[in-house]
Amino acid sequence: MKIRLLYFASLADRAGRAEEIVDTQAPAPRDLYAEVAEIHGFAFPIERLRVAVNGALTAWDHALADGDEVVFLPPVSGG
Amino acid sequence: MKHFRLSETRIDAAALRITLENPAAGGCVTFEGWVRNHNEARAVTRLDYQAFAPLAEDEGEAILAEATSRFALRAARCVHRVGALAIGDMAVWVGASADHRDAAFAACRWIIDEVKRRVPIWKNEHYADGESGWLHPDSTPADVPPR
Repeated sequence: MKIRLLYFASLADRAGRAEEIVDTQAPAPRDLYAEVAEIHGFAFPIERLRVAVNGALTAWDHALADGDEVVFLPPVSGG
Repeated sequence: MKHFRLSETRIDAAALRITLENPAAGGCVTFEGWVRNHNEARAVTRLDYQAFAPLAEDEGEAILAEATSRFALRAARCVHRVGALAIGDMAVWVGASADHRDAAFAACRWIIDEVKRRVPIWKNEHYADGESGWLHPDSTPADVPPR
């Protein structure tokens, strides 16, 4: 299935892109993060991230579907 | 009407203050966050804010709705800048009006703390020595070199 990933802040810098489409069999965001972290060299452990699927915060074991948009959110620094 | 929004342009605090007005309100408390020229003992020259806009707006709205249920408010609003900001620019504005000051002070403080904790906005600081870095506050380094 194809998943659209958006990257922000240091994850976008590390990946060298703000978004990409990956063809993956990852059943859940937890597995998908492990895949893309390996490819791009992301250093954040999953415990420091949140994940959003289709614009809503969700659980790391949420079942992914073809066409989903996934965002791994590093710790925020607004304000 | 939206209670939280992201802004790519200068924040107009006087215009926002009007949105807090209510005949039953006895006052308002507002907070302005400004871009300062130093952080963690480094000289800062400017910064950029980046947001995951759809979720930032939803989280911001949720925070203001929660504030309205937690505190006896008449109105609450928040605007956060995105894009390139200079030293002294207003980065965030929070306002809460209430019948009595205790609720207004407590709500304003709670809202800015929740925005900083939850809303997906990131700050990239540019330093006087030419370096820059995204801030990912936590107990561990934000990012380390690739394996």
